Amino acid sequence: MRVALFATCVNDALFPTTAIATVRVLERLGVRVDFPAEQSCCGQPQYNTGYRRACEPLVHRTAKAFADYDHVVTPSGSCAAMVRDNYPRIGAKAAAEGRGTALADAAHALAPRVYELTEFLVDVLDVEDVGAYFPHSVTYHPSCHGLRVLGLGDRPLRLLRAVKGLELRELPGAEECCGFGGTFAVKNAAVSAAMAEDKLTNALGTDAQVLCGADNSCLLHLGGMLRRRGGTLRPLHLAEILASTEQDPWRAP
Amino acid sequence: MAGPVSGVFLGMPAFPQAAERAVRDERLRTNLRHATHTIRDKRARAVAELPDWAELRAAGKAIKDHTLRHLDRYLVQLEEAVTAAGGTVHWAADADEANRIVAGLVHATGEREVVKVKSMATQEIGLNEALAAEGITAYETDLAELIVQLGDDRPSHILVPAIHRNRAEIREIFAERMAAWGRPAPEGLTDAPAELAEAARLHLREKFLRARVAVSGANFMVAETGTLVVVESEGNGRMCLTLPDTLISVVGIEKVVPTWRDLEVFLQLLPRSSTAERMNPYTSLWTGSSAGDGPSDFHLVLLDNGRTAVLADQVGRQALRCIRCSACLNVCPVYERAGGHAYGSVYPGPIGAILTPQLRGTASPVDASLPYASSLCGACYEVCPVAIDIPEVLVHLRERVAAQGGHALERAAVAAAGYVLDHPALLTAAERLAGRTRALHPRRLPGPGRAWTDTRDLPEVPAEPFRDWWRKNRP
Repeated sequence: MRVALFATCVNDALFPTTAIATVRVLERLGVRVDFPAEQSCCGQPQYNTGYRRACEPLVHRTAKAFADYDHVVTPSGSCAAMVRDNYPRIGAKAAAEGRGTALADAAHALAPRVYELTEFLVDVLDVEDVGAYFPHSVTYHPSCHGLRVLGLGDRPLRLLRAVKGLELRELPGAEECCGFGGTFAVKNAAVSAAMAEDKLTNALGTDAQVLCGADNSCLLHLGGMLRRRGGTLRPLHLAEILASTEQDPWRAP
Repeated sequence: MAGPVSGVFLGMPAFPQAAERAVRDERLRTNLRHATHTIRDKRARAVAELPDWAELRAAGKAIKDHTLRHLDRYLVQLEEAVTAAGGTVHWAADADEANRIVAGLVHATGEREVVKVKSMATQEIGLNEALAAEGITAYETDLAELIVQLGDDRPSHILVPAIHRNRAEIREIFAERMAAWGRPAPEGLTDAPAELAEAARLHLREKFLRARVAVSGANFMVAETGTLVVVESEGNGRMCLTLPDTLISVVGIEKVVPTWRDLEVFLQLLPRSSTAERMNPYTSLWTGSSAGDGPSDFHLVLLDNGRTAVLADQVGRQALRCIRCSACLNVCPVYERAGGHAYGSVYPGPIGAILTPQLRGTASPVDASLPYASSLCGACYEVCPVAIDIPEVLVHLRERVAAQGGHALERAAVAAAGYVLDHPALLTAAERLAGRTRALHPRRLPGPGRAWTDTRDLPEVPAEPFRDWWRKNRP
């Protein structure tokens, strides 16, 4: 099976280990992974801040980059949600504004082929045990767009429960937003920080070693606050846990 | 251009500044956290009892959409039915016109005071203040509205306007302020809920028995019969709706439903979403006026006040489906921490963030900031009983704000980023530059970046971007 990795700009620039881990997990499961280099940003920050027209070239670019693949896999719930939920909307608005249907056609052609990593593993590859080994205690924060827009449900937890050596600890108030919200974190910094404080209080209360998520943008925000505080709780993307094996275990960098 | 909705909140600071103050208020945070989490959990249990909740929700959405699409027809049908039943219908294009009509009707009775049923529409138009300017005193009779009125305060929640107050604060307000408005609070009042309720009962009873004129809103208006519906928990609304001679109801035009059958859907959706009750304790319905039974003179003031402009917006119009249940407020993590006052409107929370900027426009600092008062987490959409996609409307309104200017730096940044992101060679160069200079990166940023680094460290920039790893390892 030939699959395109949609790494996302955040992972490409700031969290390459997550993208590498995604490649390793998929390859371990027999998937041939490509990384079309024309890919860039999905346009979510611009779109969510009110600059819809500015992300139209990125809709075209993303659709073109992945045109030849039946499956496009991304280790980000919010970028997958952007493509699946908002690209068709952006296309429809362009058409309604009398600018033709090219954007809408591109959006509709791409949207159903984009999978968030846990969806692809559980629904397409039909695996829960990916052969991972991670001998640490973990608590999981389900990011909002994965949870509510994509409806990931318990897929991430099913994958985590199948990891050898991993002790899963339930996060109280798991479904509450961490306060990131893209430019919200800057435009409403006080409320954003207050939401993160409460999320971290709940995470620290579990006494887990690792705060796992499936969206590095949320972990960037929570991790930035954790580093400012000091302490041992470590944010880590789910893909890096799934990539860890007994032969090649994850090591804190 | 939407007209002025209410003068009460004019001059409010933008949401982020008001919210920052609220976040630092420990007592407010505690009150709100306790109240929203309690009602949030109760609502989830009440909704889970119904196996057909998803179908009810879809039906509620469909009925509202159908009615809004044919609003012209249903409003005329409603007017005919109300008139045939002995009522009088008035049409108010904006807040000023509605206030003038109500003041004129009260003056015509010769009375100088009115009792009020809790109503969002009359708050939206600032009716109490407008009546006061005409020498007419309006007494709020909903318990929470009474607390707000006695405390010279502003409502901070649609359903529970005094949610920001705890019972110790309420005791203080009753003890100090009731005497100025009528019957004083009993001596030695404590903050036991039963004692507070009894004090309010005694204080309000004299108003109910004396009042000759009542003012209400309505939760629903049934077009086929001209019947108005008010749902409530206390029974104080029913006192106002039955005892006075004259009843004046001010109702937004979007509150109409075609038939009684449609009520069946909403009388299930609303109580479970708002108070987590299976049925509203009091559901009052009236049709025109009847001799010897309730008010003999009934006036319905149909209020536009910006609603037809909202209806013209294909994305924004879904906000008019709102049945004012407050489920979105109770589940919202931003509302929970910022409180209702930060929204600078009688409509706070997620629904306020999409309704207020549509009704009032986005010219003022607070109105322009409201579409951004959300992390777009989507919890509001999930609980909305009429499936208003609040995040979709927020982003739609952000587009309007971004287009009106005032964010020159942000626009420039978006344009520059857009260029780099659409040119992968430039993007790779930028990523590599960041990697090579990473030892020089500061921990704290100046200027707008401070909003991030005041509370959070910046991430460590990796030595090389993923693109370069791929090129080397998967040639």
